[in-house]
Amino acid sequence: MNLAALEHFPLSHRWPINLTRRGFLGASLGALVLGVLLPGGTARAQGAVAEAKPGTRVPAFLEIRPDGTVLLKSPFIEGGQGIFTAMAQIVGEELDADPSRFVVECAEPGSDYMVVGGRRLTGGSFSVRSSYTTMRGLGAAARQMLLQAAAGRLGVPVSELTTEPGKVVHAASGRSIEYGELAAEAAALPVPEDVPLKAESDFRWIKKPVARLDVLEKSTGKAVYAIDLTVEGMLQAAVQHAPRFGAEPGAIANEAEVKAMKGVHSIHRLPGAVAVVADRWWQARRAVETLQVEWTEPAAGARFAMPADFSSDGFRATLAAASGPGVAAESEGDSAAAMQGAARVIEATYDAPFLAHGQLEPPSALARWNEDGTLELWLPNQAPEMFQQVAAKAAGIEPEKVILHSPMLGGFFGRHFLYEGASPFPQAIQLAKAVGRPVKVIWSREEEFLRDALRPLSLARFRAGLDAEGLPVALEAEAVGEGPIGRWFGRKPDAADPSVVEGISGKLYAIPNRSIAHVPVESPAIIGFWRSVGHSMNDFFYETFFDEMADAGQQDPYELRLRLLADHPRQKALLEAVGELSGGWKRGPFTAEDGSRRARGVAMASPFGSEVATIAEVSLRQGEVVVHDVWVAIDPGSIVNPAIIEAQVNSAVALGLSSALLEEVVYVDGAPQARNFDGYPILPPDRMPRVHVRIIESGAPMGGIGEPGLPGVPPAVANAVSVLTGQRVRSLPLSKMQFSATDI
Amino acid sequence: MELIINGTTHQVDAEEDTPLLWVIRDDLGMTGTKYGCGLAQCGACTVLVDGQPTRSCVTPVGSVAGLPITTIEAINEDPVGRRVVEAWVEHQVPQCGYCQSGQVMAATALLKENPQPSEEDIAASMVNLCRCGTYNAIAAAVRDVAQG
Repeated sequence: MNLAALEHFPLSHRWPINLTRRGFLGASLGALVLGVLLPGGTARAQGAVAEAKPGTRVPAFLEIRPDGTVLLKSPFIEGGQGIFTAMAQIVGEELDADPSRFVVECAEPGSDYMVVGGRRLTGGSFSVRSSYTTMRGLGAAARQMLLQAAAGRLGVPVSELTTEPGKVVHAASGRSIEYGELAAEAAALPVPEDVPLKAESDFRWIKKPVARLDVLEKSTGKAVYAIDLTVEGMLQAAVQHAPRFGAEPGAIANEAEVKAMKGVHSIHRLPGAVAVVADRWWQARRAVETLQVEWTEPAAGARFAMPADFSSDGFRATLAAASGPGVAAESEGDSAAAMQGAARVIEATYDAPFLAHGQLEPPSALARWNEDGTLELWLPNQAPEMFQQVAAKAAGIEPEKVILHSPMLGGFFGRHFLYEGASPFPQAIQLAKAVGRPVKVIWSREEEFLRDALRPLSLARFRAGLDAEGLPVALEAEAVGEGPIGRWFGRKPDAADPSVVEGISGKLYAIPNRSIAHVPVESPAIIGFWRSVGHSMNDFFYETFFDEMADAGQQDPYELRLRLLADHPRQKALLEAVGELSGGWKRGPFTAEDGSRRARGVAMASPFGSEVATIAEVSLRQGEVVVHDVWVAIDPGSIVNPAIIEAQVNSAVALGLSSALLEEVVYVDGAPQARNFDGYPILPPDRMPRVHVRIIESGAPMGGIGEPGLPGVPPAVANAVSVLTGQRVRSLPLSKMQFSATDI
Repeated sequence: MELIINGTTHQVDAEEDTPLLWVIRDDLGMTGTKYGCGLAQCGACTVLVDGQPTRSCVTPVGSVAGLPITTIEAINEDPVGRRVVEAWVEHQVPQCGYCQSGQVMAATALLKENPQPSEEDIAASMVNLCRCGTYNAIAAAVRDVAQG
C-alpha cells in the first residue's frame, strides 16, 4: 500500500451502522472527498477551509512539566513498533529536549491529530513517513515559543538566545532557564508558523539508536494494556459467539442453572453472541461456556452470513475456477502478442491461506456510562476517531460524548482496525448500559480465533513468455479474491483493489509486456489487514514465480534480477548489498560445515514506500524446513532510529517465516478448525533464524518500516526450498508439503 | 485459602479449580502476569511456584496454596531477576511487551537453577511464544546474564 492508498481510508467505511460523514472528519470532509494527496502527504482539497492545520497546535500535543519532562500526545498508538520513541526523537530533535525525558501517550480523538494526510490511523507503515515533517515542525514551533518566553523573561532579543537540551541559554550573560520554568508562559504565546527546521548535519537524536522509552516497564510487568484496566464498580464479562457469523442466539436450555453459578451477575443475549456478566472474569467465562445455546440460522440477507458449507478448501477451488480477465491493475506493452511470439511460455498457479493475527493480547473493551451522559471507553484500536464514531452510533449518542482511551497494544499487526463483529466494544457498551455499571469484556483466545478478521485466502495465476535467450518478455498475472480495502472501504467496479494486487503490480523488473489484473471473488469470511497486507502473499507469488521463469530460461535467479533491474540503481544496489551481506550470492545446494545440505533463495519487494532485498538459507531436518539465516537489506530512503528498524526487521522476518512455515486458518462446515495456538501453531523460538540487517539510506522519499521486512521472507525461503528439494512451492504453508527427500 | 505471593500471605476466596492466573489478576489486582491463551501454549502467564516456572493459566489455585509464588511484580527483589531485567533493557528486548513478563520469569527460573546454561539449555527452557519475534534478543540477553 502506498501513500496514495490512503485515499481509500476512513472516508467511506462500510460499517453496518449507517455512518454519516458529519462529525467524523469535521466540516472539511466533503471537500476532502474530492481531495488529492500532494507530495509530502498533505491533503489539499477544493474549497477546503482548515481551522487549525492538523499537527500545528502545540498545546494539543505538548506539555512541558515543571521538572522538565515532556508529555507528548502521539497521533499514533504504540503496539511494539517503537512509534512512541520515534515520535519523542523527532519532536525532541527540533524542540531540543532529550527523548529520554519524554512521556508519550496516545492522543484522544481530535482533528489536531489527523496528521496522516488529513486522516489518522496507525497502520500501513505510515506513521513516521507521513508525519515526519509535521512533527518536526511542531517541535520547532514549541522551541521557538520557549525562546520567545525566555526573551521576555531575560529582557533580551530572541536572536541572542539559543538552546541546549532542556533549556534556553543566553550565552552573552551566561544565564539559562530550564524549559520547565518557561512552559506556562510559552504555552500562552501564539504558535509561530514556518519555523525553520534543523539541518540534518546538526541532528543529535534522529538517525541514532535511541533507547526505547517503554522497555523497562515492559520488562517488569508494569506496562498497562487494555486487558489490565479496572475502574471502580466494574463487572467483567465473557462471551460465547455464534459458531457461524450471522447466526443469533435462540433458546438457552440451562439459563437458570448458569444464573445460579458463583459470581454470576446476569446473562445477556447480544447480536451474534451470549454474554455472562460476573464479579470476576473467570466466573463469567466458565458460566458463559456452560450455557447451552441454540443458534438460529442467519436471517436471509444477513451481512457476511457464514454459509454452513463454507470451507477454505472449497473456497480455494472457487478462486481457482474464477476465470479472468478481471479488472486491469497494470498494463504495459502488448502481453498477448509478446506471449504468442515467445520462444517458450510457462505458467503456474499459486495460493496462500487465511491467516490469523495471533497478537498475544486477546481483545477486550471496558465501557463506563458516566452520570453526565458521556460514555467512556478503553479499547485497543488503530484509529481512534473511527472507533469513536462507530461507538457513538452503537451507543446512540453524539460522538463528542464518547471519551475514548487508547491503551498500549499487546501486538496488533492490523488486528485492531474496525472490522464488522471483530471487536468487543459494542458488547461492552450494551452490557454496561444493561447492568448500570462499568463492564470489561475480554474475549477468550477461543472466541478471538472465531471472530478475528483474517488475512484473505488468495490465489494468483501467472504466465510468462521467454525469448530465445531465456529472458522474460511478457508476464501476465491474475490475482483472484477480495482484499480488505475493497471490503471495508469499497471498490469501484472498474478498479482493482490495491490490497489484492500490490506486490504483483508495481514490480520494477524490465519485462516489457505486462498485464496484471484483479479477478474479484468475494470472501464469505470476515477479512482484514494483516501485516504487509497484499504484499504478505503477493510477493511470495510473484518472486517465487520469478525463480520459475529464471529456471525455465536457464538463468541464475539472482543474476537475472540484477539484469532486469539494470535501469533501477536503487534496487540494483540493494540486491548487491544483500548479496554482499550474505557473503556473496550462492544458490546451492551446498554442504554446510555441519554436514547438512543447504540452499539459498532470494527475493525483492517494494512495500510501503521502502525497498527490500532478502536472502534465506535453508536445510531439511526430518522432512521439516529449517531456516538458518535470513539476510535483509532495507532501504527506507531515510531513517529515524536504526535500532528500531533492526528490531522491526527481526519481527517482520519472524512473522513472515511463521506464515511461510506454519500458519493456516482452515474452515470446515463454516467454522474455523483451530481455536487456539495448539491448532494454529505460530513460530516458536527454536525455529527463529539468525537475522542480519543492513540499512541503506538512499535519500529517496521516506518509506515505511513496520511491514516492509515481511514480504521478502516467504519467497526467499520458498525459492531456497525449491533449489534444495527440486519441488516447486506454490502453496503455503510449507508444513503441508511432503518432501520426497529428507535430510538431503 | 492462603496464597503466598512475593513473600506476602493473602487470604483468597476462590474456587479451588480457578486458574492461579485469574486469582493473581482479578482477586489480587496484580496484572503484570498476562493471559494469552489459557491452554499453556504461549507462556505469557509464567510465574514461579517454589522456584519452578509454571503456567498459571492452567494451574488450579488450590494446588499451590501455601507454596511460595513469585510474580513479575517482585522481579527486582531477586538478584538474578534484577540482572535479567537489566539484560532485557540492555538488549532492548521487548516490542509490544505483552509476552515479556513471562519471558523474564522463564529466564529467571532458568538462570537461578542453572547459572551457566548452554545453548541447548537455553533452547530447552526458553520456549514461550513471542508474536513480535523477539527471540534472538531474548537469547542474547539470557546469554549475557549467563556470562555476566
